Amino acid sequence: MIQVEDLSKFYGSVQAVSGLSFEVKKGEVLGFLGPNGAGKTTTMKMLTCYLPPSSGRATIFGFDIMKDSMEVRKRTGYLPEKSPLYTDMRVGEYLAFVARLRGVPGDRISSSVEMSVEACGLGSVFVKSIGHLSKGFQQRVGIAQAIIHDPELLILDEPTIGLDPKQIIDIRRLITNLGKDRTVILSSHILPEVNQVCGRVIILDKGRLVAVDTPDNLREKLRKFRVTFVTAASSGGNVGTQDILGGIGGVTGVRETAREKDASTFRIESAPDRDLRNEIAVRLVSAGVPLFELRSEEMSLEDIFIQLVTEEKN
Amino acid sequence: MRKFLAIYSRELRYYFRSITAYAVISIFLVLSGYFFFSIFRFYNVLSLQAIKNNDFSGNLNLVDGVMRPVMGNISVILLILLPLLTMRLIAEEKKQGTFELLLTLPVSDPAVVAGKYLSALTVYAVMLAATLLYPVLLMVFADPEIPPVLSGYLGLFLMGASFIAIGTFFSSLTSNQLIAGVSTFGVSLLFLIIGWAAPLAGPVMSAVLSELSFLVHFESFSKGVIDTKDITYYLFLTGFFIFLTLRSLESARWRS
Ligand SMILES: Nc1ncnc2c1ncn2[C@@H]1O[C@H](COP(=O)(O)OP(=O)(O)O)[C@@H](O)[C@H]1O
Ligand SMILES: [Mg+2]
Repeated sequence: MIQVEDLSKFYGSVQAVSGLSFEVKKGEVLGFLGPNGAGKTTTMKMLTCYLPPSSGRATIFGFDIMKDSMEVRKRTGYLPEKSPLYTDMRVGEYLAFVARLRGVPGDRISSSVEMSVEACGLGSVFVKSIGHLSKGFQQRVGIAQAIIHDPELLILDEPTIGLDPKQIIDIRRLITNLGKDRTVILSSHILPEVNQVCGRVIILDKGRLVAVDTPDNLREKLRKFRVTFVTAASSGGNVGTQDILGGIGGVTGVRETAREKDASTFRIESAPDRDLRNEIAVRLVSAGVPLFELRSEEMSLEDIFIQLVTEEKN
Repeated sequence: MRKFLAIYSRELRYYFRSITAYAVISIFLVLSGYFFFSIFRFYNVLSLQAIKNNDFSGNLNLVDGVMRPVMGNISVILLILLPLLTMRLIAEEKKQGTFELLLTLPVSDPAVVAGKYLSALTVYAVMLAATLLYPVLLMVFADPEIPPVLSGYLGLFLMGASFIAIGTFFSSLTSNQLIAGVSTFGVSLLFLIIGWAAPLAGPVMSAVLSELSFLVHFESFSKGVIDTKDITYYLFLTGFFIFLTLRSLESARWRS
């Protein structure tokens, strides 16, 4: 449904996006993930026809974002990073205003306002002035505005930024619901968010695409080593536990991460293709070291993210 | 057209919901009222003297003695007040972040600019209409000629329409309302006084300068003469700045 080919954007001499290519399928919830300045906002501004690309092209629903910008704009809902609210207007009045500009027919305006008020839980603030609402409600009004014409594609730029934890949970739930029957692209610099909400992730850094895949596959693909945590007595007999662990074949590193009265926790790195848990248990027990806990650690998206981004630098 | 109306009515509602419109209109009424009555009094004194001395009464009439000076003063008040109306038009949207929404909605740039421009023009029309009170008072107490008053108002309206177009343009250049307002003031002032330089310039330049001047073109309106040349001048100037505004919206996409 969305096809992006070699998209680049320069701000003067600063290259904000370079050679970005990707595809989005109908019904997908796609996340743009990247640190500040990665080019997420710039990419979204190009997809929503606010900024023209410096080079490359993109089509949405088969319409070119430059040549058929009106067609693209009609079918897209957009929440810019900076919330697009007229603070002097009331919630209902604002939504009706946007609906009119979106081209919703006159007789359907009140029903589409109702629909989006319902979807975003804005009933209680319908007649309030937007300037007087909390940040969380304002963000919801921003989302309500984006879905007022029931668009096939929803583009949300950092929808949870600046919200408190409860509001963040609410908004994520709302986005998950909205993503059930439409295509959504959202950006975030928070990993768990993308992990929870998105079916696929594009990781951006310095305007480049670093990786694109499902959160699960990314985790699998990028696993450079396996991490196992062991909690055991600090020493067995006269051999240090750390030395026993270090002596196991395939282990590439051991580090003590915590120490209690009579037990320590060690972080063990090993080759990704072998699970060493069984061997670790056998070795420790045969050396007479009491074993309290043994677990294999999944690599978090956070780790992947940091790894990818630092790799790109080297 | 529906989209234009949506923007136009939102802007009008903004003006009349915030204090902007009321503040500007009432300041305008007070100032123009002040000029009207002080000039009227001055004219009274002059005509009393004229009656006593029985001499230059032939030159004295209400239109030349009251309405024309009042209208001249009104044009200066407009110079200061209209930028206050127009400076927010686009700059405020840029500041608030609503500009980005506006440009990503399926709305054409001309609809946006027309909605905004005409809303400010409407407020101006309202405030100008309110000052019609003064000529009406004049009619109660005296017997002025009506046509020069009407043509003078037409002139003021056209001049204001040009000021507002200049203001809309400068508001589209920046997200800073103050800068938009001050630039509008500066450029409008230049158009107002550029004719003063005419006598100092060479023959060709002198003609160009006075052709450009707001006041030169306003002159005939206040004498009761409606010349298509003058109407064309104001309409052209208005159209030119509206055109520049459209270009500026377009280039906002290209530059930023
Ligand atoms: N209007 C602008 N003018 C100049 N540079 C800009 C502008 N907007 C963004 N940039 C630069 O482009 C890069 C990408 O920014 P952005 O797309 O906002 O990243 P993100 O949304 O991922 O934080 C950054 O280096 C930023 O400084
Ligand atoms: Mg951003």
